[in-house]
Amino acid sequence: MLNFTLRRLMFTIPTLLLISFIIFLILDLAPNDPTGNLPLTIPPEVRAQIRTSLGLDEPMYWRYLLWCKQFFINEPLNLLNQWFGWCIGDCENRLRVTSFLTRSPVVDLIAERMPQTLWVVGMSYVVGVLIALPIGVISAYKQYSWFDQFGTLIAMIGFSVPTFFTGVLMIVIFSVMIPQDSMFWLPSIYDTTLKVVDWPSFVQQMRQMAMPVMVLALFNAAHISRFMRASMLDNLSQDYVRTARAKGLKEKTVLLVHVLRNSMIPVVTVIALGIPQVFGGAIITEQIFKVNGLGQLLIIGIQNSDIPLVQTLTFLFAVLIVIFNLVADVLYGLLDPRIRYD
Amino acid sequence: MTDTDTLEDDRKYRSLWGDVWSQFRSHRGAMLGSVVFITILLAVAIGPYLWGLDPNFADVRHRNQGMSWGHPFGTDQLGHDMLAQVLQGGRISIAVGLTAMALSLFLGTFIGVLAGYFKRLDGLLMRGTDLFLALPILPLLLVIIMLFRDTLRSMFGPETGIFILIVFIIGITSWMQTARIVRGDVLALKEREFILAANSIGTPSRRVILRHIMPNILSPIMVSATLGIATAIITESALSFLGLGFPSDFPTWGRLLYDGTQRITQAPTRVIWPGLAISLTVLSVNFIGDGLRDALDPRIRGR
Amino acid sequence: MKLKYLVAGTLGAALLSTTAMAQMERGRDGNANIIYWQAASTLNPYLSGGTKDIDAASMVLEPLAHYDENGNMVPTLVDEIPTVANGGVSADLTSITWKLSEGLKWSDGTPVTSADVVFTANYCMDETGGCQQSAKFGGVKSVEALDDLTVKITFDGPKPFPYGPFVGATTPILQAAQFANCMGTAAPTCTEQNFGPIGTGPFTVTEFRANDTISLAANPNYRDPSKPAFATLTFKGGGDAAAAARSVLETGEFDYAWNLQLAPEVLADMEAKGQGTVLSGFGPLVERLMINLTDPDPKWGDERSTVAHPHPFMTDPAVRQALSMAIDRPLLVEIGYGKAGKVTCNVLPSPAIYDSPNNAGCEVQDIAGANALLDEAGWVRGADGVREKDGVRLSILYQTSTNAVRQDFQALIKQWWAEIGVETELKNIDAAVFFGGDQSSPDTFQKLYADVEMYANNFDGTDPEAYMGNWQCSEIPSPDNAWLGGNMPRYCNPDYDKLVKEMAGTADINERARLAIAMNDMLMQSYTIIPLVHRGNVAARSNTLEGVKLNVWDSDLWNVADWSRAK
Repeated sequence: MLNFTLRRLMFTIPTLLLISFIIFLILDLAPNDPTGNLPLTIPPEVRAQIRTSLGLDEPMYWRYLLWCKQFFINEPLNLLNQWFGWCIGDCENRLRVTSFLTRSPVVDLIAERMPQTLWVVGMSYVVGVLIALPIGVISAYKQYSWFDQFGTLIAMIGFSVPTFFTGVLMIVIFSVMIPQDSMFWLPSIYDTTLKVVDWPSFVQQMRQMAMPVMVLALFNAAHISRFMRASMLDNLSQDYVRTARAKGLKEKTVLLVHVLRNSMIPVVTVIALGIPQVFGGAIITEQIFKVNGLGQLLIIGIQNSDIPLVQTLTFLFAVLIVIFNLVADVLYGLLDPRIRYD
Repeated sequence: MTDTDTLEDDRKYRSLWGDVWSQFRSHRGAMLGSVVFITILLAVAIGPYLWGLDPNFADVRHRNQGMSWGHPFGTDQLGHDMLAQVLQGGRISIAVGLTAMALSLFLGTFIGVLAGYFKRLDGLLMRGTDLFLALPILPLLLVIIMLFRDTLRSMFGPETGIFILIVFIIGITSWMQTARIVRGDVLALKEREFILAANSIGTPSRRVILRHIMPNILSPIMVSATLGIATAIITESALSFLGLGFPSDFPTWGRLLYDGTQRITQAPTRVIWPGLAISLTVLSVNFIGDGLRDALDPRIRGR
Repeated sequence: MKLKYLVAGTLGAALLSTTAMAQMERGRDGNANIIYWQAASTLNPYLSGGTKDIDAASMVLEPLAHYDENGNMVPTLVDEIPTVANGGVSADLTSITWKLSEGLKWSDGTPVTSADVVFTANYCMDETGGCQQSAKFGGVKSVEALDDLTVKITFDGPKPFPYGPFVGATTPILQAAQFANCMGTAAPTCTEQNFGPIGTGPFTVTEFRANDTISLAANPNYRDPSKPAFATLTFKGGGDAAAAARSVLETGEFDYAWNLQLAPEVLADMEAKGQGTVLSGFGPLVERLMINLTDPDPKWGDERSTVAHPHPFMTDPAVRQALSMAIDRPLLVEIGYGKAGKVTCNVLPSPAIYDSPNNAGCEVQDIAGANALLDEAGWVRGADGVREKDGVRLSILYQTSTNAVRQDFQALIKQWWAEIGVETELKNIDAAVFFGGDQSSPDTFQKLYADVEMYANNFDGTDPEAYMGNWQCSEIPSPDNAWLGGNMPRYCNPDYDKLVKEMAGTADINERARLAIAMNDMLMQSYTIIPLVHRGNVAARSNTLEGVKLNVWDSDLWNVADWSRAK
């Protein structure tokens, strides 16, 4: 297994380079333009000048190589400088990956947004998984019971009603209809500058997280619980379950040790695919609740054709995808020792 | 689910598909789901002819109306009849949902099975999957639309051209999860005794996959199918919202829901009907999927 | 006795004034919250021309003069506006001399001098810096400091309207000391400066989170000691217009929301909750249809939509006029904009002095008249109800950017055109692509690979010279000028070009107005540009916020120093 992991990690580097090039190619081909959202009062000659100053006149491969140099060499050196004070080469005037839109280093922007994304999107994922697993297990164990039917109904509604609707519905209920002095009132706008230092500010943080987390958790739980249920059902009718029961094992042991472990493979896949999405942010939900996390940064970047920003974010996202899929592959081996990669 | 029925039938001649059908029929949820789904299909297929009102006729004097006999679902801000819009929108939404789901399911299963079963293909196919997972979807859409919209439009006309484009886009950007899940299951399955047995008597790979692997990975595929329809319908609405979908005079459920969301407090019916239509479709497909899965599983069928 | 009275009087006056001082103390009203649904990306308006960035920066940075809510110029950092009458503008119109007020201080306490103004001009005029406001400095030959407080701007020819640089929020003064190392190619590397410029405005930046939130505090060195009323101010960005409106009008979480282009009934319903008030003001923004006078048929390849191939039917004035007559403009206003829109028959409806009185009548929809006109011109209805003549069908591709109101307009106009026998296919394009001007994209508004397109346009400030210059022959976009040019209809009329030239050499305001009206009428009566709606700016303020004056000629936040909390 260790051997396999190492071999895969080696293989990861060229894969990621290829992915980064293809992403760059797509961003470059896309017909939107960094000056597209400027007011029409800015004349075309000035727009051309702006494009030149952003370096867009250079050939595509040259800009890609420049990004590679900035991202793979300058940014790590800069981190060393920031964290340990080590200065290698010309650390004052080193060009970092710079966003077109804000003209500031992209990595700083990402770091600034990480906390709210992790709080809101990460929390909603944790909540979603924690709800989904037991619901999936129980619905499968008691297939077609009222609990199962009810769970199916909720899950399907959670999945088929998009977050742009549930989010607005929540705001109308909790921020508009409920009076502001009520303890159930929740703010419709997320305050990213809030610092949790004491109990009241912690309560405030919880309140402003409540709605986005609920909306996203419902969606995630609906998704994961369906796969959990289906996989449990497959395994519950297997011969080894009958054997285990015949041996006189306790029902709890049969269910939670034997069946659950064998049913985890698709669920692990789904969760591993979902974790990078957490870092990708939830574009619509962040937009509705003004969380302004990574998802909002990405969509602003895309709308304004901010190539360095989108390229960097997407690439980091790709790194996470590759890593978590590797983690999933390793977990398969642990869950089912028969799986061999070597 | 009743054991006695099947026991009595024991002696009659039974075909595989007959068995499947009788099991499917005895699944209450699946039958109910089928009835609802067929009703929805009929409604959107025949409904627009029966209801007669043109979904694109703006009767401006009667805009923003609530429910009435003339307009059972009310009218929107331009005076379009909502019932006609929901019926017409259902055609596109269901067509997009089903075809995009089928495409992504086919791609996902095909790639997942190949990668899981043939070790040599695994690395390549899964890195390809990683690539597709990492692609930034919006810029990709812009590129695809820039490259192909005009060609498709001149070849198939505005409606069909956009339809092909959207189905293709949704299909090609949503197969990866199915592929990863199927591959994971196949990896575990192919080490099981019955596959080893099949291999050892010289069964060709194609037959092993179709006969032995496929039936055993049906349930995650069914779940993917259900979720896939919902995803496709909603993705389509996100596309129209971004100006990348159907022209604005082709209503779809997703877009009706999106437009209604703005007026959620003024006219709740505007979100209820399209929302209900999407949910009912997804729910009924889900139950049909459940029933099919049970019916195709010989262990459950025997019970 | 007298003395006693006098003493008592002065004491009383002193008392009075101290209590007045206490009431009018800076920072007396605590915190205010402003929401912009597009977040500010930077506070340097020279590096980002977006309205949101300019507005946000206008609380910190100030120009020499700005426009008030009526479009009049008012002095900001100067004592009076230079004119020919007071000698500030030279008689030959080639230079303007500004004199800074005495005793002005930057928020860091250092004095504001003419060197700062000169520096700012050089900063923007540096071609390698990609300054987004460089058009404002068009025609500027030199900017020099005559003494510590006097700046002379010289133009390379007579400039009838010399108030381009340093008037209005788009071109504020930067502090030379802070930005000294940020010239030219170094401009983008100055993150710290761009995110926290030192200014003369009522507020200073305490924290800037790009594309998210700006925290501001009252400027301790602001020239008026009783202003601003708010000690701190939060400028939140993100979300969408509906959510921003809701946060002011329904939940009351925010005090001011910007640019609320929402369906009128939605906005009215929110306003009815009683938490806030909807404001609207009218600038020169006009939603219009641009008719393509050239043939967009793909068969022409590279010559598509160029003057090489005239349009098969749009070149017929009867068709263009009929298209305009079939439109019910009051209904469009009612459905799309409500209070924030007015019917207009001119492409230049504002300022009032330029508004032509000669095109009235377009507000009445006349389907019968349009049909008669087309019949007369020989366009006959075919079997499917679509008119044709000599094998040419009146079939239109109608494009616009993606936006709920525009899609509603498209649907309505399509229906009206169907009533006069014109077939319409609708197309909407993502705004970033449509307005993006990417050379490789077929979907830009300059290329106009369609028969009709709809969008809104306006101009900065109050002078329409550059705006009206858009429809000269030389402004026609084509592959030769890389599709750069503002003449979307490909309108070309030597008489029009003559008027443009004449206006460039005329200083008298009334004469300029006459020329602008003549140009407007020429365009309107040829029906190559079909105006639909004169659009206003819409904003919402909380009922507890006082002093807000919506300004369409300058930044929305132009008078944020005067804002206060209702007691």
